[in-house]
Amino acid sequence: MPKKMGIDVGSTTVKVTVLSEDLQVLYTSYERHFARVKECVLNQLSIVEQKFGAQEFCVSVTGSAGLGLAERAKLSFVQEVQAAFTAIRKYYPDADAAVELGGEDAKIIFITGGTEQRMNGSCAGGTGAFIDQMATLLNLTVDEMDKLSLQAEKVYPIASRCGVFAKSDIQPLLNQGAKKEDISASIFQAVVDQTVSGLAQGRRIKGKVLFLGGPLYFIKGLRKAFCDTLHLDGEHAIFPENAPCFMSIGAALYSQNVEPLPLEEIISRISSVKESDDIVTGEPLFADREGYEEFVSRHKASDLAFADIKEYKGDAYLGVDSGSTTTKLVLITPDCRLLYQHYQSNNGQPLDIVAERLREIYALSEGRLRIAGAAVTGYGEDMMKAAFKADFGIVETVAHFKAAVHFDPKVDFIIDIGGQDIKCFKIKNGAIDNIMLNEACSSGCGSFIQTFAKAMGMEIDEFSKLGLFAKHPVELGSRCTVFMNSSVKQAQKEGASVEDISAGLSSSIVKNAIYKVIRAKTPDELGEHILVQGGTFLNDAVLRCFEKETGKRVVRPGIAGLMGAFGAALYAKENIRGESTVITEEELKNFTYTSKSHTCKGCTSHCNVNVIGFSDGRKFISGNKCEKGAGLKPHSDELDMYNYKYERLFQSVEGSKGKRGRVGLPLALGFYEQLPLWAGFFERCGFEVVLSERSSRSLYFKGQHTVASDTVCYPAKLTHGHIESLLDAGVDFIFFPCESYNLDEHDSVNHYNCPVVAYYPELLKANNERLTNDNFIMPYLDLNDEKTAVRALKNALKRYKFSAAEIRAGLKEGFARLNKFYADVYAKGEEILLKARKEGKPVIVLAGRPYHVDPEINHGIGKLLTSLGIAVLSEDSVFEKGKHVLVNVLNQWTYHARLYRAAEYVTEHSDVNLVQLVSFGCGIDAITTDEVRAMLESRGRLYTQIKIDEINNLGVVKIRLRSMLAAIEEQKRRSDERK
Amino acid sequence: MKENKNVPVADFRDTYPKFTPEMKHTHKILIPDMLPFHFGIIVDFLRKDGWDIEVLHNDSRAVIDEGLKHVHNDTCYPALCVTGQFIDALKSGKYDPEHTAVMITQSGGGCRASNYIPLIRKALKAEFPKVPVISLNFAGLEKDSGFPVTLKMILKLAFAVFYGDVLMSLYNQCKPYELEAGASDAAREDCLKVIREAFDKNKYRSYKKWTKALLQRFSAVRRSTEKKIKVGIVGEIYVKYSPLGNSHLEDFLLSEGCEPVVPALMDYVMYCAVNNVNDAKLYNKKNASTPLFALAYKYLYGVQKKIIRMMKEYGFEPLHDFEHLRRCADKVINQGVKMGEGWLIPAEMAALAETGTDNIVCAQPFGCLPNHIAGKGTIRTLKQMYEHENIVAVDYDPSATKVNQENRIKLMLATARENMEQEEKAQKN
Repeated sequence: MPKKMGIDVGSTTVKVTVLSEDLQVLYTSYERHFARVKECVLNQLSIVEQKFGAQEFCVSVTGSAGLGLAERAKLSFVQEVQAAFTAIRKYYPDADAAVELGGEDAKIIFITGGTEQRMNGSCAGGTGAFIDQMATLLNLTVDEMDKLSLQAEKVYPIASRCGVFAKSDIQPLLNQGAKKEDISASIFQAVVDQTVSGLAQGRRIKGKVLFLGGPLYFIKGLRKAFCDTLHLDGEHAIFPENAPCFMSIGAALYSQNVEPLPLEEIISRISSVKESDDIVTGEPLFADREGYEEFVSRHKASDLAFADIKEYKGDAYLGVDSGSTTTKLVLITPDCRLLYQHYQSNNGQPLDIVAERLREIYALSEGRLRIAGAAVTGYGEDMMKAAFKADFGIVETVAHFKAAVHFDPKVDFIIDIGGQDIKCFKIKNGAIDNIMLNEACSSGCGSFIQTFAKAMGMEIDEFSKLGLFAKHPVELGSRCTVFMNSSVKQAQKEGASVEDISAGLSSSIVKNAIYKVIRAKTPDELGEHILVQGGTFLNDAVLRCFEKETGKRVVRPGIAGLMGAFGAALYAKENIRGESTVITEEELKNFTYTSKSHTCKGCTSHCNVNVIGFSDGRKFISGNKCEKGAGLKPHSDELDMYNYKYERLFQSVEGSKGKRGRVGLPLALGFYEQLPLWAGFFERCGFEVVLSERSSRSLYFKGQHTVASDTVCYPAKLTHGHIESLLDAGVDFIFFPCESYNLDEHDSVNHYNCPVVAYYPELLKANNERLTNDNFIMPYLDLNDEKTAVRALKNALKRYKFSAAEIRAGLKEGFARLNKFYADVYAKGEEILLKARKEGKPVIVLAGRPYHVDPEINHGIGKLLTSLGIAVLSEDSVFEKGKHVLVNVLNQWTYHARLYRAAEYVTEHSDVNLVQLVSFGCGIDAITTDEVRAMLESRGRLYTQIKIDEINNLGVVKIRLRSMLAAIEEQKRRSDERK
Repeated sequence: MKENKNVPVADFRDTYPKFTPEMKHTHKILIPDMLPFHFGIIVDFLRKDGWDIEVLHNDSRAVIDEGLKHVHNDTCYPALCVTGQFIDALKSGKYDPEHTAVMITQSGGGCRASNYIPLIRKALKAEFPKVPVISLNFAGLEKDSGFPVTLKMILKLAFAVFYGDVLMSLYNQCKPYELEAGASDAAREDCLKVIREAFDKNKYRSYKKWTKALLQRFSAVRRSTEKKIKVGIVGEIYVKYSPLGNSHLEDFLLSEGCEPVVPALMDYVMYCAVNNVNDAKLYNKKNASTPLFALAYKYLYGVQKKIIRMMKEYGFEPLHDFEHLRRCADKVINQGVKMGEGWLIPAEMAALAETGTDNIVCAQPFGCLPNHIAGKGTIRTLKQMYEHENIVAVDYDPSATKVNQENRIKLMLATARENMEQEEKAQKN
């Protein structure tokens, strides 16, 4: 009988196992393949050949990258979860469940209680690749990260759904100086959360659990996080010795049913596998060497002149751009020659970098040079300004514009692709007219190439240069980078070369920027004078792809990566009056700082506040959403409609102790609008109304295990927590109606609710084992029709034997409270507007949906706006003042009809602007956002959109809002000038 | 708020080319490739009625790229595919943009799919501003650019759907088992001729005669008795049927040695009719057309039942009985869930399980809102009801790679094979 062999070709590694005739493990191996799948497999097989000689094997291939290989080599293939399942039943027959994390896959197998096998969907977050990416971000090896995590003291909430989101959570933590120990542990916790919520989806992982795959074998911190979260002790959490090779063992076991083949035959079949024609490829970036030379020399033209810092004497201006992943610093002369420049990855310590560079500048200039002005910009602006006492802090968008104008006074379009964000500005009449920042989902483009280069075992420069002369660049799609990961996997599977993948990645980044972020229909929309900048454009392949895609010659300054800092320096130069306050050489000598973090207990937000103490006794506080965290008196929230509405909702419950029992109303979705109605109804009917606890992240985690669809919006996901909260409160029943139709406000073609708001109770009921027909009442209602609504409620509450008259009376009370609520919101809106106008404050209509008033959903954006001195209105406090509107799209949802009318109102009032809040995953907003934008822009107004999700990162939002304010200011200034 | 006819109105609409009745004689109408079986039949008889109409078959990567360029990328995948297909076709130079129109169906439900028309208009405006978009709907929407729907037309469409359903079902039941390669395809071609004849002679309502002809023709296809894994396809209407939308899912299942089981389009039509009646019952939302919908449903259901009986007589697995589907739905979800494909999805999944198709691909566009609830949301309940039900939810979107989708389907198939082996073992014992 022949020996059995299993070959597991994963997304990053190749594993080979040989079993004896009686199925004992004789040999296993584990090797990274760096995208050279075929070579790596052949290499492994030659080792097998040396060890076992030429004999026959039964062989099966498994793994995500093994599929194509097996198909083309005509070898047997077994799906990887199936392979794992085979091995589990052989070696661990008493296991109840297995969790397997691979390079880009995550899988769960439920064995007892109904066998079920699941793997991650189109989102590849929470996998080995994700951990690698995070390690790169922290500038650690995975091993170091693991060790650090074991010493963690606290865990930060980090979005786990996709690597990009997590990154935007981690970056601010790094910038604020949070400890790497804690961040490392938080990352592992994020992976666990992802697995539990994304894969288990309503099924609890319990009993004896097997942990498989490379990451779970090598990373102790990850193991610990899993055991803690799932409450598993040593007896119930099993980490097999051969975990990394488990799948290949399974494949070997599976091969028992396969006809044996001589080893040489296996090898020759694999070596004859050819590149397939399935992958779509594009043209090479350059036709020939000359084309490249011409390209290089053309771009050389836009370099700055240099001045030697070792000889220069006189004034100089400093600009610092403290970005999310990198810190940039330039020093210029009054005539804009470059004295000093620096560009460096943060590695988590931006303060040290700047201090170090300043010391060097002072040392090099030996006292000949005077820093006459300094400005900082970017993510870390506030911290840098505090630490080094810079004269100015400016919004990064303004800085970039300043710099761009220096290179091309006629510039009408700027695109900046940095480490993790893409920024685009349209320039009209010499001012920023429109700003587009990437939504969290497509960010991370620059650093994505970097991580990818590392995965291929190369430096980024080397990797991207490979693409320049690729013959057949692969088409990799243009969506979120996580999706690109799978596209790359596919290309690898099809045998594309590293060169072609490199060029393909560059092209993807460009397409992502043009079609996803800018959402241009044709490249002509961008403008005539395009300036490209940001570190990513220093990569010639990306630059070339951009020129090819747009069909235009663009300007890329030699300091493309330093434009923010350069702009800041220019700003300082133009605006400084009197002496600069910047830190002196003397002060710098004694400059040190400490960093501490704690949870602020000032309010329910529980911000993670980070305190940096400087050696001269000053402090810098960050992470706080309001002044309380900084130990200051909070600003008044009297101009914050969001806060008002949220608190006003609670007042609609009178709090009477009912005789009939206790009804639970979840503070979620439609209840943010209809709570007054249902509170009135039930209190009138003799019930005590119990509300679920206020939303929080921990409430979300409480219900996470019942979330059935991981791509649904956050407001919907939070609902699961509210249900748990009510169940724990021991109410008699929870009431949650299904309403296809919302109240008809007579300003749209139809008055639907969105499908999620309309039917979410169905999903809750189906996926929470604690809910029954008795304790969860979800009638189908249309509140516009009293007769059927009364009938439905009467039926739903049958056991309380209400008469129709009683129900009617309840509804009457409910509607009275709802109308009072509407009236109060309207009146408050008037009051805010009046007051703001009197005080000369800008007014913003923060337009969203009723449930966006939940501070856990809006992350305190209202508070942030009022802290910036802006009055905040909501869409429902102004829409009645707007005219009825005729729009291009089908106007058929009640809440969206309000949105359009609120936008109409804004177009008629020049001192009011609109910011639209959009929940990630809200399909309907894909339609409304374009329409609202078109409405505003058709009347010459600015449109700003903020996408929110479970990520709790106000940094990006702040930049966006500040940029918008700067643009509004600019617009106002210009219109004043015209007068 | 009180209704007031005198309220001031602000008009933010763009102008767009309308579809006028004269254009029937001057314009070619393009329709997207959504239902390969059904649209062929429909186009045939519309041409006979004097419409110059063509189903698009372009499905290169360029189609998706055009879609990405012209439609908000967070919009559902079908909108992207359809728009992309139109633009790509118009760009091919095969059609005169001065004399071409495009047509799409519109349901008017609470799902964003009702908004495809404005999305397509917006996309066309950028490149082909003279091409009108025609709406085919039964809800009285888009009155200035609707496809003229007469009672006769509705009848013809209804029967075309029936014939398409029967043809699709028979083909799927024969193709995996045919002993001579191509025999099922030949039968399909012959049947299309039969159906064409039915419409040509204006005898399409004699459905028993024609259905019998189809059944006889496919009975003649010699088939093996080998047992194959049956895989049901349910989900969002476009990705369920359109090969462009679901990356040729049926072909993939065939290549894996499975029998694809695709529920009938008529079920969706009846679902829409029943929803109108349900709304009247649940919310007193009666309108002039409600009794018509009730009547139409009754008639269609009568036809369906007879067709089912005939299919059984010939030894084929029949279409689902719609009343049975409704009973299936009631076990899982309320029939009030009526947006998108709503309660029809779990109903079909349950009905499939009850008729021996345990393995199911639930296909939806990435982030499809109704499917969060009616699709993924009901899987847990269904699995509790039907022990062997083996469902995989697959998301389709422009960048979800085939390898990922196929991998997930393969995982489902691996479980299916295992279940089949165990069943066989159990039978032997």
